[in-house]
Amino acid sequence: MGKIAIEDLAKIQEAARYKIALRQGAGRVRLNVHMGTCGIAAGARGILTEVMKEIESRNLHDVIVTNSGCAGLCSQEPMMTVEVLGEPAPVKYVLLTSEKVKKIIELHVLKGQAVREYALALGSERTR
Amino acid sequence: MAYRTYLMVCAGTGCVANQSMKIKDKLESEIRKRGLQDEVSVVTTGCNGFCAVGPLMVVQPDGIFYQLLKETDIAFLVEEHFVKGRPVKELLYTPPKEKIPIPKMSDIPFFADQTLIVLRNRGLINPEIIDESIARGGYEAIAKVLTSMTPDDVIREIKASGLRGRGGGGFPTGIKWETCKKMPGDVHYVICNADEGDPGAFMDRSTIESDPHAVIEGMLIGAYAIGSTEGYVYIRNEYPIALERLQTAIKQAREYGLLGKKVFNKDFDFDIKVVRGAGAFVCGESTALMASIEGRPGEPRAKYVHTVERGLWDKPTCLNNVETWANVPQIMLRGAQWFASIGTGDVTADPWGGSKGTKVFSLAGKVNNTGLIEVPMGITLRKIIFDIGGGIRDGKKFKAVQTGGPSGGFIPESLLDLPVDYEELTKVGSMMGSGGMVVADEDNCMVDMAKYFLSFTQTESCGKCVPCREGTKRMLDILEKITVGEGTEEDLVLLEELSNMVVESSLCALGGSAPNPVLTTLKYFREEYEAHVRNKKCPGHSCRKLITYAIDPQICVDKGHGCHVCAKNCPDGAIIGESKQVHTVDVMKCGKCGICYDVCKFDAISVE
Repeated sequence: MGKIAIEDLAKIQEAARYKIALRQGAGRVRLNVHMGTCGIAAGARGILTEVMKEIESRNLHDVIVTNSGCAGLCSQEPMMTVEVLGEPAPVKYVLLTSEKVKKIIELHVLKGQAVREYALALGSERTR
Repeated sequence: MAYRTYLMVCAGTGCVANQSMKIKDKLESEIRKRGLQDEVSVVTTGCNGFCAVGPLMVVQPDGIFYQLLKETDIAFLVEEHFVKGRPVKELLYTPPKEKIPIPKMSDIPFFADQTLIVLRNRGLINPEIIDESIARGGYEAIAKVLTSMTPDDVIREIKASGLRGRGGGGFPTGIKWETCKKMPGDVHYVICNADEGDPGAFMDRSTIESDPHAVIEGMLIGAYAIGSTEGYVYIRNEYPIALERLQTAIKQAREYGLLGKKVFNKDFDFDIKVVRGAGAFVCGESTALMASIEGRPGEPRAKYVHTVERGLWDKPTCLNNVETWANVPQIMLRGAQWFASIGTGDVTADPWGGSKGTKVFSLAGKVNNTGLIEVPMGITLRKIIFDIGGGIRDGKKFKAVQTGGPSGGFIPESLLDLPVDYEELTKVGSMMGSGGMVVADEDNCMVDMAKYFLSFTQTESCGKCVPCREGTKRMLDILEKITVGEGTEEDLVLLEELSNMVVESSLCALGGSAPNPVLTTLKYFREEYEAHVRNKKCPGHSCRKLITYAIDPQICVDKGHGCHVCAKNCPDGAIIGESKQVHTVDVMKCGKCGICYDVCKFDAISVE
């Protein structure tokens, strides 16, 4: 470590922005990868890694990634629920592949356009 | 790859004492075992505040709050939550008397009703890494001050904010700074008082443990305003974690050029020395503290000449408490207006006209949620104790709350709607103090409580002033007499007289406030004193000489069938009776320990 200048404060802040946003639980978008046994068997772990890579490479500071249990539709796994702040309901995407993940992030997460052809339905099961 | 989940493990003194570092190690090894080490990161933070349920951990970004963790829980927890995405219900917080757990930290009433300024970084950063503090806005305020504000601007802002000393006195901080700045001489000192000694108080310790850089930055800003280049932190040696984190923080700040010559490459030098105190309570008093730094015995002096004029080594010195310093950067960043919008009264004309901002309290005693809280000034005691504190333990009845440590007073139930404010607390005979808050329930004897706090100040009296040294000793003798049933009506009169004498004729605040617990209990709980003196009874059932235990023979046989548990547990062999027969207490042998009372499942034992 060397001495820092006032401008360096902003750089350090920028570098840690995603980390701090996550710790505060603040995000515009929440991506929930379903990780029940069925999901894991169908490749959900790979999907999760893919999602994280996309976030990293696109430098997205406002996207939270979580995982949850089986969504109840095991035949359609791997699945992911996309929740965007301000949108009326979350969207569930099914039978995911890494190409589909890229497109969902490109269109839905960044531009707010749900990708209808990969989507199962609007809405979500209650999680309590 | 970036982490997707952070496990914020509390590493405040309370949780560390409950093995949170072992839990951290276990979490890391279980995470590695499942190949999640690049996705899930474990972070040790300062005190989260909810000490009652430690060791604890918060999972972010979901905000899931896990409590009372054990090493044996961790393997299951990691598998369930971080692999399968299912929070573990058994480890979530469930409020007393309720059945459904509250998964999210932000929904737990203990946290929901707090306002964080001083503790804004608690649980969010690792206090041992300066970049994490900077990421949350650390050192932005001093940067702003150095580039765009004159020392007078800073003082004007602090004055307008209404910030007052958080160490107890409530002296307006801006006025102190201004007076110190005006004093002639080229050497001025700033000091951070971290000699927190009140029984049951741990605000300053936790503030340093969770965000040491906020304190350093506050001192930098103060030093710039006053024209000082040298600062001291006087901290108790009994605070090993706080001390270590403070030293780490100072070292890192120096490496970044934030302390030392030419801070941020500007024309401003400032560095901090850490002085460890040996734990004398009186060294929390400013003049005694300065004497101690100089290497003299920690004794106060008369303050005809204030320390802002002649303090450390007879130079103008500005001393503030940890919490006061930690407020400063946020005031600089967010403005005096914002700070003054929180709290009570109006400080535009009269600096003593209100209490602004927030106050950190350590909530201890007979409440459910013991811990560290930060609340806006003006909040009622009732809200603190019953909403944030979750009410009294085991469904017992509230009796009193003691604010301000051993120098404060007891406040009865009738005054629970009192807003927390410097003047309001003083009016009822207590004080804000540094922020200790000890709650007493129906089982506490107020005479005994007063005796406890007085015995603390009595032992900690430095001995310089006769009234404090001898007066508190005599007062303690009288209280002792009363609790063993030998007190008289005249003793109560004498006690009051002695109290007033000690208050009026002691040099420093230690003697000046030591009788407060006695005076307030005499005022609000006089009937308890009278019960001890006239009827030789202790209404709180805690003065051993004045209570007797008895077994109701009917309940013992009918309900308990002479279960014999009391007799088995009695350390004095004072319970007579065979199994399946009536049991009785041999009053001559009974040591009044109360074990029988606690172990009897049938409530057959009564205490009078």
